[in-house]
Amino acid sequence: MLRAAWRALSSIRTQAVTQAPVLGLPGGGCAKLLSVQRDLPSRPGGLILRAARGYATQKPVQPSHEDDPLPSMLLKDYQDIPGIEKVDDVVKKILSLEMANQKEKLKIKKEQLMKKVVENPKDTGSLEARILNDIISTMFNRKFMEELFKPQELYSKKALRTVYDRLAHASIMRLNQASMDKDVLLVTFNHLDAIKGFIQDSPTILHQVDETFQQLTETYGGLSAGEFQLIRQTLLIFFQDLHIRVSIFLKDKVQNSSGRFVLPVSGPLPWGTKVPGLIRTFNHKGEEVRKAEFKHGGSYVAAPKEGSFELYGDRVLKLGTNMYSVNRPVETHMSGASENLAAQTQESIAPNPLAKEELNLLARLIGGMEIKKPSGPEPGFRLNLFTTDEEEEQAALTRPEELSYEVINIQATQDQQTNEELARIMGEFEILDQPRRSASKGDDLLAMMDEL
Amino acid sequence: MFRRERSIPLRGSAAALCNNLSVLQLPVRNLTHFGVVHGPSAQLLSAAPEGVPLAQRQLQAKEGAGVSPPLITQVHWCVLPFRVLLVLTSHRGIQMYESDGSVMVYWHALDAGDASLVQAVFARGIAASGHFICVGMWSGRVLVFDIPAKGPNIVLSEELAGHQTPVTDIATEPAQGQDCVADVVTADDSGLLCVWRSGPKFKLLTRIPGFGVPCPSVQLWQGTIAAGYGNGQVRLYEASTGTLHVQIDAHARAICALDLAPELLSAAEDTFVHIWKLSRSPEGGYIEVEHCHGECVPDTQVCGARFCDPSGSSFAVTGYDLAEILRFSSILSPVQQRKGRPNWPTCYKQRRIQSPTAHRSSPLPTRSCCQHTVSHW
Repeated sequence: MLRAAWRALSSIRTQAVTQAPVLGLPGGGCAKLLSVQRDLPSRPGGLILRAARGYATQKPVQPSHEDDPLPSMLLKDYQDIPGIEKVDDVVKKILSLEMANQKEKLKIKKEQLMKKVVENPKDTGSLEARILNDIISTMFNRKFMEELFKPQELYSKKALRTVYDRLAHASIMRLNQASMDKDVLLVTFNHLDAIKGFIQDSPTILHQVDETFQQLTETYGGLSAGEFQLIRQTLLIFFQDLHIRVSIFLKDKVQNSSGRFVLPVSGPLPWGTKVPGLIRTFNHKGEEVRKAEFKHGGSYVAAPKEGSFELYGDRVLKLGTNMYSVNRPVETHMSGASENLAAQTQESIAPNPLAKEELNLLARLIGGMEIKKPSGPEPGFRLNLFTTDEEEEQAALTRPEELSYEVINIQATQDQQTNEELARIMGEFEILDQPRRSASKGDDLLAMMDEL
Repeated sequence: MFRRERSIPLRGSAAALCNNLSVLQLPVRNLTHFGVVHGPSAQLLSAAPEGVPLAQRQLQAKEGAGVSPPLITQVHWCVLPFRVLLVLTSHRGIQMYESDGSVMVYWHALDAGDASLVQAVFARGIAASGHFICVGMWSGRVLVFDIPAKGPNIVLSEELAGHQTPVTDIATEPAQGQDCVADVVTADDSGLLCVWRSGPKFKLLTRIPGFGVPCPSVQLWQGTIAAGYGNGQVRLYEASTGTLHVQIDAHARAICALDLAPELLSAAEDTFVHIWKLSRSPEGGYIEVEHCHGECVPDTQVCGARFCDPSGSSFAVTGYDLAEILRFSSILSPVQQRKGRPNWPTCYKQRRIQSPTAHRSSPLPTRSCCQHTVSHW
């Protein structure tokens, strides 16, 4: 949803440059939608035109720049490491936004925005919340929903893409995994619940969403399991052969690097499915004669209860809830394949003394940090080629004596000569302190986004 | 017990339908034909025993009235006494081709007359019984076509009304010679199974209710019905009486394919494929089921699975959005596989499958074995 907001913002800029800046915020976005409406087989485009006209008379909104990230702020990947504040100033400078490219700055700005939206659902005044409200109210426009609910065949990919380009959703639609009939409906209800969470304050929009809810229940509540299967199979045909990788899916290990979704062989079963493993034999009278078990290879648990199909209720199913509201652990930035990512993700948020030591070593190498005489044995860190310390000791014990190797001493400690060399290199890193402050901050930010 | 063999690449990925793999075995020519539905088209390919693809062909669903291109629901080879026909069912109608897919022999358009606006119109469920081909419909009706030994003069002989919900699958078995033996089973979206006896006029023998859980796949062998349900269960019934013999909680998701070649193969969307050994116990006469092997195809929603040879020592699997047919074969020699099986002169592992005894004289019915020449593509 926020990506749609960014795109809407960038589209304003192009509209503003080429035409008179009369159209407001979503109006600009909707105008683009209209230009390709001939691809749509039915008429939702016309309805959005009417909504767009309503917005066009509003005052144009400029994106706020007061909360641009400070240049002294650290890079996103290094922000959450505890103890980072105590690191040497020079290191901080290197890792800060001063030397980073625009992409890093934008990453931080994006994160701030998302945090704002997710943490302050009641804040309807800010721009971000207003964007959300506008998008949701456009999407749930009554007439549009009525058109949508008419039975029709599958749109072509192009037509659907046009619709979704402007009405993007923040929660996921993992149709592969939704299994038993009504699960698909529960996922949709989860989506609607999340949307309702976003727009708690605006009663009109809430009413629209509730109406949609009623319509959903009416239309789909009466369908049988077989019909749901058919709907699901038809929708899967739509997604067939698309191997688009979504970053949040990759992060959550829901998708592999090849684009295929991960199907776990454990976890809760849909309501009505028994845990596999039982073979029951009956005789001709219908009495159970034998009960046998077999190994089925997965580890499943039965569903605790059935999800609720009411307007408000416990859906039980986790699928369809907001993925962005979950806190993610810090990951060390890797440019390699996802296997590397899995191996080196820092799971614990507890202070990691190793990280601190590494940074201290870095500072020492660059020079400038005085070594405080350690009171006890040097904490430092040493290179361990084995997975645990015990293995290393064992390996040391079992190493035959004749294979003595030469110890190469890496002179990594303070060396006067290297120190001077490094200091000179550091000097070359000095930034010429002339921030490029152009006349309008807006252009700056938008220019940044265009470079993405 | 089974190991993965070389996969056969497909030109398009498989669609997320049930029973989305059809296999025609031609042991005389040492070939196997595979049929997979992609979406609006179906892919046919022939492969040598090692999985080397030899020829490929794509068939499109015939356009009819409607906005979007029609989607194919199932493709299946029907082995009849004097010919083999390839049948394609779609959202527009039923297409029948010669077995290599070269010539369309018959086209039957679906009549959407009494379908309400919200119902989808399609044909699904294909099986051959004697010289009839049965095809199921969205309305629950089953069309029975009378197929001549040669030529395109195919006639719609009967319309069976046993189901109220769309038909999902049909299974047949060669009649054992007696009169009242059931040889056709039809399944539908509500889980109801109807057991029929084929003939110039089909007769409904018994009904087995399903309690709302759809039955996407059904098989029939030696008077035993094997049905896979949407809640992951496989149930074995006696065909003539409809009594339940065995209930297996086999899978964690809906079953999408079954095959019976005297072993039972079950595949579901939970990425697992299981093989079960069936036998009749001497006392009591009831059926015993034993789990032989389970295969996990990681991160793949399996949508079709079939045995590739009459003894059940190799099988093929297709998955949603997977552009290949996965093959597995047994690493045991046939002698070791099960007792009471005729000794094959060669060890299966060495792949010398020249046995002319493919149509052996054992009482087991040979499934889908084609005895007449089929034109090679």
